[in-house]
Amino acid sequence: MLFALEVAISGLLSGIMYSLVALGFVLIFKASGVFNFAQGAMVLCAALTFVRLLELGVPFWIAAGITLIVMMVLAVVIERIVLRPLVNQPLIILFMATIGLNFFLEGLAQGVWDAQVHGLQLGIDDLPWEPLANSTGMLISIFDLSAALICGVLVASLGVFFHKGRIGRALRAVADDHQAAMAVGIPLQHIWAIVWAAAGIVALVAGALWGQRLGVQFSISLVALKALPVLILGGLNSISGVIVGGLLIGAGEKLAEVYLGPIIGGGIENWFAYLLAMVFLLFKPYGLFGEEIIERV
Amino acid sequence: MTETSVPERPLLRVNNIEVIYDHVILVLKGVSLEVPEGGVITLLGANGAGKTTTLKAISNLLQSERGEITKGSIEYQGQPIGKWSAPDLVKRGICQVMEGRHCFGHLTVEENLLTGAYTRRDGRAEIQRDLDMVYSYFPRILERRRASAGYVSGGEQQMTVIGRALMARPKLILLDEPSMGLAPQLVEEIFEIVRRLNAQEGVSFLIAEQNATIALRYGSHGYVLENGRVVMDGEASVLSQNEDVKEFYLGLGASGRKSYRDVKFYRRRKRWLT
Repeated sequence: MLFALEVAISGLLSGIMYSLVALGFVLIFKASGVFNFAQGAMVLCAALTFVRLLELGVPFWIAAGITLIVMMVLAVVIERIVLRPLVNQPLIILFMATIGLNFFLEGLAQGVWDAQVHGLQLGIDDLPWEPLANSTGMLISIFDLSAALICGVLVASLGVFFHKGRIGRALRAVADDHQAAMAVGIPLQHIWAIVWAAAGIVALVAGALWGQRLGVQFSISLVALKALPVLILGGLNSISGVIVGGLLIGAGEKLAEVYLGPIIGGGIENWFAYLLAMVFLLFKPYGLFGEEIIERV
Repeated sequence: MTETSVPERPLLRVNNIEVIYDHVILVLKGVSLEVPEGGVITLLGANGAGKTTTLKAISNLLQSERGEITKGSIEYQGQPIGKWSAPDLVKRGICQVMEGRHCFGHLTVEENLLTGAYTRRDGRAEIQRDLDMVYSYFPRILERRRASAGYVSGGEQQMTVIGRALMARPKLILLDEPSMGLAPQLVEEIFEIVRRLNAQEGVSFLIAEQNATIALRYGSHGYVLENGRVVMDGEASVLSQNEDVKEFYLGLGASGRKSYRDVKFYRRRKRWLT
């Protein structure tokens, strides 16, 4: 029983890591209705910049700060060059633009830095948490716990940012109706730059945490694929949905691997999330917390 | 210098503008109109006559629909507005209330109102004061202020979006088809509030409307648009007595009901003349 609990907890914690990537998608989708295909590339960009700066001998926090600024500048540039000329085009066109952006960013990041595998150490050990291990015998990684904590703080602050105050209101207004938002004097450009910058910050945090786990290299951008089922479960436009979706998928795939694996053969972890997503698409296409389109009757 | 030697400068002057969508579709073929300080001006016309396009040209929302002003100019308080973006215009006092209400459905009614104050920098107290002012004009939405705007009734949505425009402290509100989809009694109520806002708050209105009867009753001056041109304009009281307006917009033909074929013929002839 204790073992089941241990599996579930480590599953939940790894689920949070998926949520972290999915969060970037949600931010941009909420504010502009665009599914940002380039989120994975942004994670790569952020992680690579960060790790290379560290390797150049830049102190940890300064490197983090510089990367943060790079991501914000990137957001503004993307808004200027990619999004602004496409205002009020059909959403599918913006989506296509983000696919292009994805390839561009992948190339840019690896061109400016390099395509080697870089180890990243955040100074958090990926070792079992001793007090817990001693008292109950469960082996839960300190790194997982810290990642969950960081993610929690990030989500809480984004939630507050989105729901309180003038900018938060404007963000949600733009998410609802671009034209009406323009008509009341909300400049779409600023709002979009803000959400892309926020998504850049999320990408940096996700990139750093995943970077320590996987090593920083091209394949880190593929974690975005694991974020897709999380989005489908939680709903594309709900920040809390992303967390719940991540937890469900993380715990689900670990438990399935351990308990169903011996029965139907291993490797379940790799596809379980997508199966779950498909079931959700069939029965609850808006996800658990996604906003359904309001239709007045 | 006497008063009369200075020609009165209108709040808004539209000079012979031409609007083309997508580089090919010519929608406005030379529209001119004026809105005096403190006026309530109505813009009449059938579907597709160019009323909405005229309003969007003024509020600079055309660009986002790939429309473009290719000729003519628009002056606001004597200055050309060509380079100002929609948010700039709101800051300077022109606010559009779009056709079909366009509430922010997932925000509450009160949040909707507050988004209207986005461009303002004069502090929370002033904004709260205006919020109270809006509620005093629209007591109905005060009761619904915590409800999601997507779920309130059509009339309440219309009141919300007018209130939202008021929150920007506009000098001129461009009101596009406020009667759309509303019961006649509600339409009357909304126009009554427009009149009070005009008299008490000094807000000028340019109202595009298909319901000519009510628009001419509340407006002081009217323009009739047909096929992208102003075909007629004048005092509202004069227009509402005009035979053609009666015929086409008020449904009060002098010779009883005409067959549709005759009407079409008549309109075609009239267009050639103008």
